[in-house]
Amino acid sequence: MAKPRTLFDKIWEAHVVETLPDGTVLLYIDKHLTHEVTSPQAFEGLRQTGRRVRRPDATIAVVDHNIATDASRYGRIEDPESRQQVETLERNVAEFGVPYIPLTDARQGIVHVIGPELGLSLPGMTLVCGDSHTSTHGAMGALAFGIGTSEVEHVLATQTLLQKPAKNMRVTVDGVLPVGCTAKDIVLAIIGHIGTAGGTGHVIEFAGEAIRALDMAGRMTVCNMSIEAGARAGMVAPDQTTFDYVKGRPFAPKNEAYDRAVAWWKTLPSDADAHFDKEVRLDAAVIAPQVTWGTNPEAVLPITGKVPDPATVADPDRRAQMARMLEYMDLKPGQALDGLKIDVAFIGSCTNSRIEDIRAVAAIAKGRKVAEGVRAMVVPGSGLVKLAAEAEGLDRILLEAGFEWREAGCSMCLGMNPDKLKPGQRSASTSNRNFEGRQGPGGRTHLCSPAMAAAAAIAGRLVDVRAWLPNGDAA
Amino acid sequence: MKAFTTLTGVAAPMPAANIDTDKIIPARFLKTIARTGLGKSLFANMRYNEDGSEKPDFVLNQEPYRHAEILIAFDNFGCGSSREHAPWALLDFGIRCVIAPDFADIFHSNSFKNGVLPVALPRAVCEQLMEDSRMGGNARITIDLERQVVVRPNGEEIPFEVDSFRRHLLLNGLDDIGQTMQHASAIDDYEAKQRAAQPWLYA
Repeated sequence: MAKPRTLFDKIWEAHVVETLPDGTVLLYIDKHLTHEVTSPQAFEGLRQTGRRVRRPDATIAVVDHNIATDASRYGRIEDPESRQQVETLERNVAEFGVPYIPLTDARQGIVHVIGPELGLSLPGMTLVCGDSHTSTHGAMGALAFGIGTSEVEHVLATQTLLQKPAKNMRVTVDGVLPVGCTAKDIVLAIIGHIGTAGGTGHVIEFAGEAIRALDMAGRMTVCNMSIEAGARAGMVAPDQTTFDYVKGRPFAPKNEAYDRAVAWWKTLPSDADAHFDKEVRLDAAVIAPQVTWGTNPEAVLPITGKVPDPATVADPDRRAQMARMLEYMDLKPGQALDGLKIDVAFIGSCTNSRIEDIRAVAAIAKGRKVAEGVRAMVVPGSGLVKLAAEAEGLDRILLEAGFEWREAGCSMCLGMNPDKLKPGQRSASTSNRNFEGRQGPGGRTHLCSPAMAAAAAIAGRLVDVRAWLPNGDAA
Repeated sequence: MKAFTTLTGVAAPMPAANIDTDKIIPARFLKTIARTGLGKSLFANMRYNEDGSEKPDFVLNQEPYRHAEILIAFDNFGCGSSREHAPWALLDFGIRCVIAPDFADIFHSNSFKNGVLPVALPRAVCEQLMEDSRMGGNARITIDLERQVVVRPNGEEIPFEVDSFRRHLLLNGLDDIGQTMQHASAIDDYEAKQRAAQPWLYA
């Protein structure tokens, strides 16, 4: 009998072009997404060596990282370096014949939002992009991972990558997630549990009742942050939720091809007795809304928690690191997270900018007002998400409550476009990284779910969103 | 890519874990379309004040570490984004080797592709090398990729592991794409087979 295999094993083995004598695998790549920041040097490399793009039909380009998210972007881009990067991408896609979604196209958006949305990312695929959050597409039941620019050039030229197999890890989340908790809280709790290097060298398969119960947007949020646990990729086995999501998307297979595809996708879930090199189990029922207090995503606690005390840490380096975090974040040991005043609430990024996220924010915002002195931004992940939200009237709810309703892009997730924190500002952010300076030099980031960020915007401080739900204390 | 055989140089101590890619090169410096010129922005937030002046207590602003060619750090070096600007910035500054207990996967892979050698050694050994590097210019460390050893200032040799394929490319300064192009017919065959089985993957 054949050896039982994991979801990762099956997709990996289906894409091996050749195994080199030392075990390095030439892996075929089905889909390559590119953007303006990590591709210029790759196209330049092709030009210098006289190489072409092997499969333009398997490649697509979009701008997302360095663009403004207000109306100014439809004129001339003010920042000369950003303008040069966007113009360089436009020149490169024209020269190499790569399909391109320009800023003026309603389908434009964050590369990891538009991939699933347009049916570009499909179950069973190998998919790469020059961005670490490519792990997002693993929610489709695909093997999706971030690559550097040299590898972008390698994929453009050869449609393959030289890879060593990863190890298999399974994170099983049993039970039912409590009301007021979301996919974001699950993944933050996982990272808090296994640490920022807990997945290094591994591909994580997320499994269990609580994962199965998530919609596709929730699965994307979980897989998105697998890189924050150091994993090469995160995946969720494709099931009926996945197949229903894919059906009818513009680039998805249609009719007879769809049926054939589904028949293959149904063979992908891990075999019952497949071997995992590492197993972790969590109980969803004990998860509370999470918020980070430090400067990496494992520095996370339930909103009911208190800032930890470095004095209680035995290891001197860890103690020094924690002290440095508290200094940077301007927090004191023992301080309650609930009640911490914020300056900015940012709802957006490839982690949490889908229509489901915006609905969650609107549900909290409806009939309420953003606190005096707080800047609250909602940045949809794509032009299509924006249109869908407007069709549901969510934009009016948000605008009436005092939120900004912006154009699609990476925005304040990463501090390389006009949306930045000012030094010393504190944010409640639905993004994925709370590193020092990530949202702008000197900015202080508290990662949380969209509902938590919305409640923080209205309260003007970090609060427990569970009190804000129907029947809650603040409802 | 410049070949990497043996390197002897000053090592800068950075005794911290989780030195992420936003620290190595903040995102606002990613707006370049070139691979070079990022050295001046390496560790920018830790290295410069808001007015652009140097922070004197940052290691790379001190002699002899301004000329460091090796960096010693602790666990999970290079975690965070996939930006290849991180090894580009290290290389442009002059750093060709980072020694740490372990590395984040994408940074690890990106480094090899740019002739920057990541050397993983046990934490206790990294602590020893950290002490060595604190002795400044009198304490030059050697990394011999051919023999796979790190040589401490006192002459002690510490063996290290490195992927044999990556070592081969690095010793010879070979680029990956040229290697892969030799397998073009295997890629053709794969595509023909896949196109028949999953035609929807081909527009």
